[in-house]
Amino acid sequence: MTQTITPSNLKATLSPKTIVRDRVEESTNPVAEFIQETLALTKRLFIQLQRRPSTLIAGVIQPMMWLLLFGALFYNAPQGLFGEEMSYGKFLAPGVIVFTAFSGALNAGLPVMFDREFGFLNRLLVAPLASRFSIVAASTIYIISLAFLQSLAIVGAAALLGAGLPNAAGLGAIAAIVFLIVLGVTALSLGLAFALPGHIELIAVIFVTNLPLLFASTALAPLSFMAEWLQVIASLNPLTYAIEPIRYIYLNNDWAISSVVMEAPWGSINFGGVLSILLAFDALVLLLIQPLLRRRFS
Amino acid sequence: MTSAVSIENLNKSYGTTVAVKDISFKVEPGEIFGLLGPNGAGKTTTIRCLCTLAKPDAGKVEVCGISVLENPRAVRQRLGYVAQEVALDKILTGRELLELQAALYHLGSSAAKERINQLLQLLGLEEYADRKTGTYSGGLRKRLDLAAGLLHQPDVLVLDEPTVGLDIESRFIVWDFLRKLREAGTTVLITSHYLEEIDALANRLAIIDRGVVIAEGSPSQLKDRLGGDRVTLRIREFSPEQEAQKAREILQNLPFVENVIINNSQGNSLNLVVTRGNSSLSKIEQTLEQIGLPTFSIAQSRPSLDDVYLAATGRTLMDAELAAAGTRDLKAEKKQQMK
Repeated sequence: MTQTITPSNLKATLSPKTIVRDRVEESTNPVAEFIQETLALTKRLFIQLQRRPSTLIAGVIQPMMWLLLFGALFYNAPQGLFGEEMSYGKFLAPGVIVFTAFSGALNAGLPVMFDREFGFLNRLLVAPLASRFSIVAASTIYIISLAFLQSLAIVGAAALLGAGLPNAAGLGAIAAIVFLIVLGVTALSLGLAFALPGHIELIAVIFVTNLPLLFASTALAPLSFMAEWLQVIASLNPLTYAIEPIRYIYLNNDWAISSVVMEAPWGSINFGGVLSILLAFDALVLLLIQPLLRRRFS
Repeated sequence: MTSAVSIENLNKSYGTTVAVKDISFKVEPGEIFGLLGPNGAGKTTTIRCLCTLAKPDAGKVEVCGISVLENPRAVRQRLGYVAQEVALDKILTGRELLELQAALYHLGSSAAKERINQLLQLLGLEEYADRKTGTYSGGLRKRLDLAAGLLHQPDVLVLDEPTVGLDIESRFIVWDFLRKLREAGTTVLITSHYLEEIDALANRLAIIDRGVVIAEGSPSQLKDRLGGDRVTLRIREFSPEQEAQKAREILQNLPFVENVIINNSQGNSLNLVVTRGNSSLSKIEQTLEQIGLPTFSIAQSRPSLDDVYLAATGRTLMDAELAAAGTRDLKAEKKQQMK
């Protein structure tokens, strides 16, 4: 683009909008603005992914190793231990899908924390964002896309390992469940990224939450294997509510909203119930982090 | 006319540390206003409160008549902010960063494209636009950040220490650009601890020290307020101390001389503060002649912003005097302190 700068257009370029035009157009459509800023922030994350793909590569390799290693760990377990006609591979795949999505979502706060530490977040905070939830939305879109890619790889690998393949409706339901768990955990992680003093603290929190939540869920073993106190904890763990319905889908091609998918210590819960609990978890987290997003940084 | 920026009795503490105490100043539309002060004086805290990054504990902060507390979003639309530490995503290209910034300010895509091209061109960034910002030099980074701050045509551009760490050439590019910006009608608020930067750019300034405004006005007003001119006198190229003492005693009694300091580190030269006037130099020379002393060199100058700064931030003045002038005149110091 070759264009000479004449004093008049120099002035037009550098003058405040209020001088050049009669008045500042008042904000028109907050929904459109929210979408615009969310897409721009999402685009940034994808450009980063494209130019630094190692996170994605590691994120696909890791669950493959889980499948392989845990599968081999219980290879000689007695037949029928995990239920009639259920191999450990089939049992494990849903756990690995949910745990992988969960780990990715739990780490969602890290880039935001680094943005905060490098001052990049200030760029977002001094901008007239329609809502700071666009930062959460962008991260969720990014993490959910990664989680879908990972889940796809896991479902494929599990099928090759003999776990079978859910039908289209089943895959759709799995996607919905993965979405719900990723949304809540991503929001939680971003809330922490806004609240904690620095990335060291955030990594510490991720460290002490990640694996314990895995072991205190039904990802690796069914509730019936656990000590009673752990059963209680596992039944409070949101991961369990994502794993059990997916496991049910893997086991039953003819599932419905009313199908009982899990037996908690306090009663049986059907598919609809599990989804409601995940939704409630998401709503609670989004509500909780609201004051953190609004807070101005000191 | 509404002030571009109006800050009244701003207070801000972090825990038990008082960062800003009752700061007040106004920036008028179309001027470059400088906030001058040493590191840790409270400049950045003031800026953070202005840019809605920190919440004031007390006081009124307004941009174009809009309160930062009541309508932070409208304030953000009118402000451009260029932080001290340029925070760029080093994996994005310059153009990608500007596109992101344009979307955060909700520019339409064709308007954004046009503004981005104009600003890249104005700031001489065109050939770097499609390189990753991680490869940029300090000067390029600052220029890109300037472009980002101006995309949405703000009423007020706020720059925190805009030339810290820049080489001289980049510094002049930034200065030149800020002057152009003022000509085009954009109000500019800069903080700096470089005296010459504020002196070169600012129409008006406020000096902040330890969280308090201690002087406000145009550079020349502040210099005038300091009173006398500065005279540097050398009796010989290297004068013996006795001679310098003798000269000081005589000169101190002259009616227009306010203060005389012997500067040991400069070959016992004499630093005088004199009432402004044209005849001081010749009278000083005559006086010396009467007691049989020659004059090797003598020069008179207006006080610089440096002198304003030193006088206003007493603590630094002392330090500077201790370092620069070996002998101090306690009587004159007392006289000065009481002023």
